[in-house]
Amino acid sequence: MALRELSSLEKCLGLKKPTKYSTQGERKVPVLQNNNGAALVGLVTIASHLVHEAKKAELLGNSAEDRAVVQQWLEYRIARVDNCPKDELKVILKELNQYLGDKVYLAGNVFTLADILMYYGIHHIVVELAIQEKERFLNITRWFDHIQHYPGVRHHLPPVVVLRNRVYPSGHH
Amino acid sequence: KLFVGEGNPHCVKVLAVLELTGVKCDVQLVNNEERVVPYLTRPVLPVLLLPSGQHLFSPNTICQYLLDVSGQKASDANNQWMEWETTDLQPAVLQALHMMALQGKRSEAVAVMEESLGHLEHNLKKRSTKFLTSDVITVADIVLWATLYPILSDSSFEAGDLRLVRGWFDGVVAQSACQSAAQKVLHGKSSEALKTFLQKLPATQTQRRDGPTSSSAAVADDTEHVMSEQEIEEAAQMWSTGLKDSHAAPQRNHPILPQEGKRNVLLTSALPYVNNVPHLGNIIGCVLSADVFARYGRLRGWNLLFVCGTDEYGTATENKAREEGLTPREICDKYYAIHASIYKWFQIDFDFFGRTTTDRQTEIAQDIFWRLHERGFLLEDTVEQLRCESCQRFLADRFVEGVCPHCRYPEARGDQCDKCGRLINAVELRNPQCKVCQETPVIRSSKHLFLDLPKLEGELEKWLDQSTGAGDWTTNARQITRSWLRDGLKPRCITRDLKWGTPVPHPDYKEKVFYVWFDAPIGYLSITANYTDQWEKWWKNPQQVELYNFMAKDNVPFHSVVFPCSLLGAQDNYTLVNNLIATEYLNYEDTKFSKSRGVGVFGDMAKDTGIPSDVWRFYLLYVRPEAQDSAFSWSDMALKNNSELLNNLGNFINRAAMFVSKFFEGRVPDMLLGDDDKRLIAVVSWELKQYIQLLDKVRIRDALKCILNISRHGNQYIQVNEPWKKIKGGDTDKQGAGTVTGVSVNVACLLSALLEPYMPAVSQTIRTQLQAPPNCTGAMMQGAGTFICTLPAGHRIGTVSPLFQKLENEQIEGFRKRFGGQQPEEESDKGEIPSMASADTKLSAGVEMNSSVNVQADPERARRLAEQVTEQGDKVRALKAQKAEKSVIGEEVAKLLELKKQLALAEGQEPSNQKAKKK
Repeated sequence: MALRELSSLEKCLGLKKPTKYSTQGERKVPVLQNNNGAALVGLVTIASHLVHEAKKAELLGNSAEDRAVVQQWLEYRIARVDNCPKDELKVILKELNQYLGDKVYLAGNVFTLADILMYYGIHHIVVELAIQEKERFLNITRWFDHIQHYPGVRHHLPPVVVLRNRVYPSGHH
Repeated sequence: KLFVGEGNPHCVKVLAVLELTGVKCDVQLVNNEERVVPYLTRPVLPVLLLPSGQHLFSPNTICQYLLDVSGQKASDANNQWMEWETTDLQPAVLQALHMMALQGKRSEAVAVMEESLGHLEHNLKKRSTKFLTSDVITVADIVLWATLYPILSDSSFEAGDLRLVRGWFDGVVAQSACQSAAQKVLHGKSSEALKTFLQKLPATQTQRRDGPTSSSAAVADDTEHVMSEQEIEEAAQMWSTGLKDSHAAPQRNHPILPQEGKRNVLLTSALPYVNNVPHLGNIIGCVLSADVFARYGRLRGWNLLFVCGTDEYGTATENKAREEGLTPREICDKYYAIHASIYKWFQIDFDFFGRTTTDRQTEIAQDIFWRLHERGFLLEDTVEQLRCESCQRFLADRFVEGVCPHCRYPEARGDQCDKCGRLINAVELRNPQCKVCQETPVIRSSKHLFLDLPKLEGELEKWLDQSTGAGDWTTNARQITRSWLRDGLKPRCITRDLKWGTPVPHPDYKEKVFYVWFDAPIGYLSITANYTDQWEKWWKNPQQVELYNFMAKDNVPFHSVVFPCSLLGAQDNYTLVNNLIATEYLNYEDTKFSKSRGVGVFGDMAKDTGIPSDVWRFYLLYVRPEAQDSAFSWSDMALKNNSELLNNLGNFINRAAMFVSKFFEGRVPDMLLGDDDKRLIAVVSWELKQYIQLLDKVRIRDALKCILNISRHGNQYIQVNEPWKKIKGGDTDKQGAGTVTGVSVNVACLLSALLEPYMPAVSQTIRTQLQAPPNCTGAMMQGAGTFICTLPAGHRIGTVSPLFQKLENEQIEGFRKRFGGQQPEEESDKGEIPSMASADTKLSAGVEMNSSVNVQADPERARRLAEQVTEQGDKVRALKAQKAEKSVIGEEVAKLLELKKQLALAEGQEPSNQKAKKK
């Protein structure tokens, strides 16, 4: 899973040479064997490394503040979204939905690595949502649809249909 | 501004880094329960409020940020340690602390920490630097140290031989920044100070997180059932008993009436409203779902009656009649025929398909009315309404227009103003006008009758408790019913000032008819009465009869609350619904079906596509909106046809039968069951039992998956055993080929039975090709379901031919255009259905994604072009409105089309003509 994600990320970043990854441990943590010695371990570490490699450091944020926000959501992704127990799902969706209420992207007004990896990580959850739930988490749905149509991001994942018209009225009856 | 909490170990690292970097920052001590970050559900600390107003709530991120602003860059190696800390160390430490501090399980805590500490020790051994990544202390050191601090500073924690970890740990503690931070937060009392903090942590954070997760749990549902030896042996024995003569073939003799000692099932599908052609959503919502269940019930040998008909009374019919210049009766006749022919094409096997505009309807509705009246369940009230004297009728809300009393908009409708959106009571309109004759209507008060629902509420609830407790009610049906009751019932008006309806028999209400919601469900009874004079044996016989209602969810309250109240109030021992099956909605591609916009496939058009009725049925049932809304998608339909029907189901049945014809001269060969064969028989038997369990609970879509699973197992079985090779081998091999072929063709025969409810024509074709005995279908569907050898050795099969055809992409693209309406074309690859993408990731991954094309999309250009398209479109419309010359209009239209093509390109779609060639 994480490996496909990384190779999609490479394409998205426009990196020419596909890199070989391996995994370690039960949780299949990705490992990048670098030419210059030490291996890199961990999804976010490798992803950030690739971004630097592609000379697109802006994807990690332009200011210290932005960098911190990006970092924070990358961490949220691996700490909270990945391996999320079922009963915790709704909590995460609710938090993200509230957070995205006044934002275009996770780091405010600029597209960053956090959007890409969060999109990859949350895709399997959004795919399962009923239309009613998609409407309930409207901000996530809007953000998600936006990211999946962002040129070059989607790659290995199937598109998720997002209805334009609201099926359910906001109140009951 | 930094918020920290007492006893919260996460705060230690932040304070340590703050002191080390010397960043100026306001630190505030708050209660751990305080929710500092507004959008997070649980209180989290530490939190750093950035000058921009953003909150940082992750301790590691805060540390990195402090470092960043103090001008230090984090290296990859640093990041890597931080990530490991987040995903591995932190969960382990929290769990271990929880065990130590709250449960006193020290040795278990040591075990939990073993892996992480071992990893750290191992890496420290490899390093050549004083600290983790360099000779000076870095953020990674502090973060790891702080996380481990509560554990390693506890002298009672016996971590075994971790010389290097201890050395490194002490090295970090030596930093004064670290010491003071730990002091501040934990008061130097180590794990004891943590207790309060840990007690309040959600369980999810203190339990090991690599247990079953959401995604793997979903997969687990699909994993195969593991067969025990005993199960396999039993299935094989059952199989060998074969078909007995005692299994009678199902037959139907009309009229079907309830019989003593049988399961008597009365099945209704919501009555489709007559004045429209039903679309695919209507069809799957009621009649098709009900048909599958009816066919299944007949196979199971239930004594079952399936009735339906068109709902014909009401304003909408009157309007339609006026539009088309016909009488309401003529309109009903016309559309009744359309409905009947559509359902016939979809092979909906009603026992009777009637209509509501019959004498029986009047008779039964009036009888129920009088009974309600006599028992005091009707109330009288006066309602003010607009009446048009020249048309001699009261005006329904949509029949009147006038000036909005709120915003003075001149064309407000009787129920709502389109300008200000406010709801209007028709009598408040200024200068009201009848929409038919433009005359000014007058206000008249008119007496109406109301069904006293509040008076019946107690009895209703008693009945509901019992019915929903014992029967199968879909979740949405239960929820909708519950919410109606929770909101409290109000009296409902049952009379209307219309002509086209069942006349109210009461002399005071001579000019009135029954409101459709009161009248229409009585249609179930009157339609049955038109089928047989002995209709009361079904409808006044709750002791013997079990009633199933099928409908879409919008119809639930009328079937679960309102109609049962009418019947309960009438006190005539009516049969009330036992099982209420409601579907969610089916959408079309990513929008709704819309007759006026020409979007979507309607019943009469399905036939014109040339796609067989069975394939339509299959796909609609495959995406049946069972627990959530689903969507019809052309590309998905093609995909499911080609992958499931053609390559899976059709391929298996065809291969099995072809082997019999080619290798064994059309006679089923001898079968000597080996382990592999028995195992397959057991797996198939298990799927058959699943199928029956699911369909008994009306889980129509899920049961269809069992069929596809069986043929998947069958294909694997053939693939592994390679009968086409073995037939050329020695005697043992030949016998093996015979057994595999014989077992496979019997599985094919079982499949034909299971397919009967879903794809009746294909099911029949299979049995004709196999020359299967007519009683085989019912025989295998008795009880819990038994897979038996129905085609014994020596049985001669008929001519074998392929069952399904491939749906080509060109064809599908054509249909998508044809039924897409006039709206601008949607992005071409949006056809995936969400609910299925995950259930079948392998398949959906095979769908063409057009991602290469998307990359070329040019949003800026697309926006400009979109503006031009709108402009040009307006121009064309204006010309048409002015009735300009044809040649002039033609020229402008051509320009518009060219612009649209460019827009499509800029949006990253291939123009339509190239699309067909490319695939």
